Amino acid sequence: MAQTTKTPTAAPPGDLPPTRRNFVDLVMAARWGLVGGATATFVSAVGMVPDFDGVMLVDPILTLGYLVLFLVPFGFGYVAARPPMTLQGQEPARVGPRNVLAGAVAGLVTGLVLIIPVLVAANLNLRSVFVNLSPAMVETLTFGQTVADSEGLVIPAVGLALLIAGCLVAGALGGAVNVVSTRWRQAILAGLLWVLTVGLLEDLVMQFFRGINLDALVGVFFAPGGGLKPLGTIIVFVLVFSLRLLFARRPPRIKARYQALDQAERRRWVIIGIAISAVIVYLIPVVLGGFMSEILDLVGIYLLMALGLNIVIGFAGLLDLGYVAFFAVGAYMTAVLTSSGSPALSPELTFWAALPFVVLAAAVSGLLVGTPVLRMRGDYLAIVTLGFGEIARILFLSDWLNPVFGGAQGITQIPSPSIGSLELNTPPQFFYPIIVLVFVAAYITWALANSRIGRAWNAIREDEPIAEALGVNIVTAKLSAFVVGAALASFAGALFASKVGAVFPNSFSIVVSIVVLVIIIVGGMGNIAGVAVGALVIVGLPQLLREFDEYRFLLYGALLIFMMLAKPEGILPSRRRVAELHQEEMGQDAWLTAEPEVELDQARATPATAKD
Amino acid sequence: MVAEQGTPKRLHFDFVGAVLWLVRILAILAVVIGAFVSLTSGRLSAAAWLNFVVIGIGQGAIYALIALGYTMVYGVLGFINFAHGEVFMSGAMVGAFAANSLAQAGMWNSSPILSILIVLLIAMATSTLVALLLERVAYRRLRNAPRLIPLITSIGASFFIQYAFLGLFGAQTRTYPALSILDGFISVAGLNIRYADIMVIGAAVVMMVGLYTFVERTKAGRALRAVAEDKEIAALMGVNVNRTIVLTFAVGGAMAGAAALLFGVVFRTVFFFSGFLFGIKAFTAAVLGGIGNIVGAMLGGLTLGIFESVGPSLVLTGLGIPSAHQLKDVVAFLALVLVLIFKPTGLLGERLSEERA
Amino acid sequence: MPQTKLRIRLLAVLSVLVLIVAACGGGDGDTTTTEADPGSATTTEADPGSDTTTDAPGTTTAGGEDLGSVTIGAGEPVIIASIQTISGATASLGQDQVDAIEVAIADRGGELLGHPIELQSEDGLCSADGGSTAAEAIVANPQVVGILGTSCSGAGVPASQIMSEAGLVMISGSNTSPSLTALPYLADEPLEAQENWNPGYFRTAHNDEFQGAGAATFAAEDLGAATAVTIHDGDPYTEGLTTQFGEFFTGGGGEVVLATAVNKGDTDMRPILQEIEALAPDVLFMPIFQPEADFIVQQIGEFPGLADTQLMGADGILSDTFVVLPETEGMVFSGPAQAAGSAYEDFVAKYEEAVGSPPIQAFHAHSYDAANMLFDAIEAVAQEDGDSLVIDRAALRQYLYDLEGFEGLTGTLACNEFGDCANPAIGIFRNDDPSAGILGVLANVVGTADLAEQVDPEKLN
Repeated sequence: MAQTTKTPTAAPPGDLPPTRRNFVDLVMAARWGLVGGATATFVSAVGMVPDFDGVMLVDPILTLGYLVLFLVPFGFGYVAARPPMTLQGQEPARVGPRNVLAGAVAGLVTGLVLIIPVLVAANLNLRSVFVNLSPAMVETLTFGQTVADSEGLVIPAVGLALLIAGCLVAGALGGAVNVVSTRWRQAILAGLLWVLTVGLLEDLVMQFFRGINLDALVGVFFAPGGGLKPLGTIIVFVLVFSLRLLFARRPPRIKARYQALDQAERRRWVIIGIAISAVIVYLIPVVLGGFMSEILDLVGIYLLMALGLNIVIGFAGLLDLGYVAFFAVGAYMTAVLTSSGSPALSPELTFWAALPFVVLAAAVSGLLVGTPVLRMRGDYLAIVTLGFGEIARILFLSDWLNPVFGGAQGITQIPSPSIGSLELNTPPQFFYPIIVLVFVAAYITWALANSRIGRAWNAIREDEPIAEALGVNIVTAKLSAFVVGAALASFAGALFASKVGAVFPNSFSIVVSIVVLVIIIVGGMGNIAGVAVGALVIVGLPQLLREFDEYRFLLYGALLIFMMLAKPEGILPSRRRVAELHQEEMGQDAWLTAEPEVELDQARATPATAKD
Repeated sequence: MVAEQGTPKRLHFDFVGAVLWLVRILAILAVVIGAFVSLTSGRLSAAAWLNFVVIGIGQGAIYALIALGYTMVYGVLGFINFAHGEVFMSGAMVGAFAANSLAQAGMWNSSPILSILIVLLIAMATSTLVALLLERVAYRRLRNAPRLIPLITSIGASFFIQYAFLGLFGAQTRTYPALSILDGFISVAGLNIRYADIMVIGAAVVMMVGLYTFVERTKAGRALRAVAEDKEIAALMGVNVNRTIVLTFAVGGAMAGAAALLFGVVFRTVFFFSGFLFGIKAFTAAVLGGIGNIVGAMLGGLTLGIFESVGPSLVLTGLGIPSAHQLKDVVAFLALVLVLIFKPTGLLGERLSEERA
Repeated sequence: MPQTKLRIRLLAVLSVLVLIVAACGGGDGDTTTTEADPGSATTTEADPGSDTTTDAPGTTTAGGEDLGSVTIGAGEPVIIASIQTISGATASLGQDQVDAIEVAIADRGGELLGHPIELQSEDGLCSADGGSTAAEAIVANPQVVGILGTSCSGAGVPASQIMSEAGLVMISGSNTSPSLTALPYLADEPLEAQENWNPGYFRTAHNDEFQGAGAATFAAEDLGAATAVTIHDGDPYTEGLTTQFGEFFTGGGGEVVLATAVNKGDTDMRPILQEIEALAPDVLFMPIFQPEADFIVQQIGEFPGLADTQLMGADGILSDTFVVLPETEGMVFSGPAQAAGSAYEDFVAKYEEAVGSPPIQAFHAHSYDAANMLFDAIEAVAQEDGDSLVIDRAALRQYLYDLEGFEGLTGTLACNEFGDCANPAIGIFRNDDPSAGILGVLANVVGTADLAEQVDPEKLN
């Protein structure tokens, strides 16, 4: 491989003019294009393209359908045109028109592959098998350039040409992203991302404007039929672009600065921080309105569960896939104790009076689940706990326990919690008990993490036999993890039951366990803030992005795979987690950058002490 | 394993041990009482009771075939491939389309053997293809990651494939056309055994024997066992680890494809969600028999099938529990828990890999 | 350092100010709808005010409560919401109801009293939490006039309460659970509101008491069955139906020898069929869904003891993909008495043109009727105020409670005080020719239980 002979210098890359050749392989680009074509075909055949065509992003130019479609060649163009990696000490490869060409090639191939589904859908009726290869799909893909029915093959040539051209341009743009310097690239991508976000989260933004009494802004940015106005798009893009460009430096780390303060200052800031947080928390449901509060309520309930599962999996390393069992126990206990419709016994306690019993029941179920699995290894534990989750749901559903739990009819008429005489039954009102319990759970998590039991959990998570040898009481540690996790889940269950007002067994399926697992994985295990972010993304976003409802699990799955391949520690990981997952890399980096501590000759000079 | 234990530890050990013994005793009591009551109640004839066992074996054979895929991947790579149920489902769905096409062409019932073989090939090819895609896209880069990561990836892949099939092929059920040569029974000792069950069990046994021979007697099989034992050393010994892993997934996929065809021809209705529960049950079966152990997977599958089929009627109804068949899955999972309490490494213990702590 | 401190402080103060301004100014708009309802959260009392039939529709009831009203300005749309199950495995249940609603909208030219009709479609997810979230989304929008939904009774339970407290009306085209309205119709005791009844809730689909009774009566009388086995699948709808069937069958002198259940997701039905074979019942009542029903009919052939057992299903499997199976030949289904006649055929034609295929589930006509009922009510109650429309919510409810003689596709409907508006006729259909598909089955009526005759007419109005 030819390289210009320049000795590597110590200056950071980017300051010197790049001199390495531009190794962009056009054949590879074509191959990426094939993959891109397959992806685009899949996206169309699954139904996303014609479905999303009805969702306006930028009125009247861009619908979500076309965005999703052209994002594929754009993305693959970007990947195909990426310059080779710059290793430490090397100089960055030159970028130039060749990258754009590579991107264009990838885009072109993608477009060419798309001819196949279009022709197939236009000429054959495979809808009994592939339900979405419909005329609607053809129309979207060919930009509405339909061809009159003719003898023989229907070939919408104009439409296809437009499609291929569009893919080519998108690919070229993707390639071009590699050419611009980092600062500009980040600014452009940030601007585009914000435009997309504002366009998709239209409802949230409009609600926010209304909430802060700036209703006029709604008309400025958004078109009446949905979507951003072109003017609004430009404003958002320019704003974000310029801000990003100007303030490219990272803001100083808050934590470091906090630690630089002295005691008195710290305390002052903590108090101010708490006061501001309290005010913000109080005002959130008021500003955001009924529907957003509803979403936040759901997010809060899942967040409670995620905090509990965070303890079981994140701290103690026990892979519990049947976490929904504890959630169900909490919900059903609340239902049985507080509802007037409870079949067997109807003590009709208030929510708060019932809560201790609920937690007690959950703790007992935690012990019931934890004891048999004490001796089981990781994967066995997973399937057994999954089994317990299913057992719980089936038992609540069963005819056998119908007299107590209502069977398939569930238990309805569950009252809402009340404070004094005020009944909390609207979403904004419900937000407060939820947020209070979330803070309690977060505090418990934080306290336990830094306590003795927390250290015991870390020990058994990292290496159980050694922990045992060091004197850690495995039984207590594991059981307490299950019990605490169960208790937190039961909080969530109790809130869920009184919020919805009815419990039916089909609300407690294995999907709930998996969603909670996804939250802590994607958000960042072991880190409270990460878990919160995860809950917002996994539970909150789908409620706001109602267009994607049909494809929600498809996107969950893709997101999981992507996160595991790219960033397995999650969005906001704890430092320990990052260290665990990237052990090898971090070890190598440390070795590379470490200064030798002792001169080698000196080491040889000292006599060896070990005598075996 | 550990000879000495400190005093506080011993107390806890006794407590936990005592609880587990209690569980074992309660389980045995429940089973014995329930079975006794059921059998003496005269509710069902002896032939009927035996028929439960036959039914269980038929269902269990399908679990066994799917369990093979789980057990092999676990044995070689050390993680649960949650998406294996979807590998099964993909073969079953595509097989349904193929079978219906053949039926429309008039071939299905006129040349049944040929038709079955064609659909078998198509189902196996589809399942293998999906398994290989999974390996290439989702799992290859995670070979050295801690086991939780590929597990999560496989959960993601499972959802992805399920809902991809939903999007591509719709939510409605797809039915295989009825195969007339499978109608009919053989009467053996007063029992009616369906031709369909015979075919399923026979096919499963053939596959099992074939796989066992492959793993124990061929060079590729030896490579597989070596990689299962220790990947790095095997590579040092000249085994092409990458190819072996790909082969593992391919073989597992092919087994699932065969199971898919058998399921399709016997049970006949599939839809995008069919793989999920089957996947969980099959993994249960694999663990039951001893994860990593091929004969164990077969035994586990059959055992699970029999437990599911016989358990509710024999034990639960005997104990007076109404709608016992609703609790079929409870029986299955409780059986798993009990077996693991009695024998933590499964019925036959682990084989392909020794240490997976 | 001091500069950034200042910046942070400034930012903090600024954000607090903004929020305070927001709280004082903007917070009210979203809470009026939920506070307007002056505590009519009594969910267990019947509403006695509405059996006075002297209130002419269109006038604000003097003695009624004030639930607020909706003002629709010039050019603004009349917003109708719908909560149906439109995603996931059970999507077909809700999808054809949404399509029927859209046909109803198109029939009115897409507008009502000169204002365009806007449909806010929410997904009920066929679960309680789904229904709850969807309902909250709807009541957060104070411009919504009425709701058409839900598809599943489970989603209907919380939705009914939430919309009722917000003063809205909700008309369902397919909820059949008795707990949402009142019982008993077919006994001499007076009607009592059931636990999940809420004012403002209506439905054009029958109360399951009728279907249970109709199916049981058909089994006992037409089929001459003395013994029956019932199977449900854990769904509240199917379980409720088997309970109702059991009550009426035993009441009529028959014996339910086994009431059992399967799970959704079960594939091997042979063990349970083996148990049932020993009992050799005359009738097997299985009002469940696909694919569990598929497995039962495909596997029952292996049990010669069940060869003479008549299989009975309900509207959960009254769908094309089930009845085309050859094994379903001879099977009997109970379901809502189907619409017929030229008006219905017109509707089907319009539906096909809009959707591209005929309706697949059994409640499409009921959904169409529900939509039309709501539109009629709005037209009757709305008052013009210049260019705007004012719709009094209480008057809207009252109109619906007083509704009689509504000519719908499913019959002549009248709403009683608990919101049951349906024509209580149950049809029994038999599948004599699987290749004719669902339309063939629905046309082959082998029995009708027009139980309206058995009911005290006071109760139906």
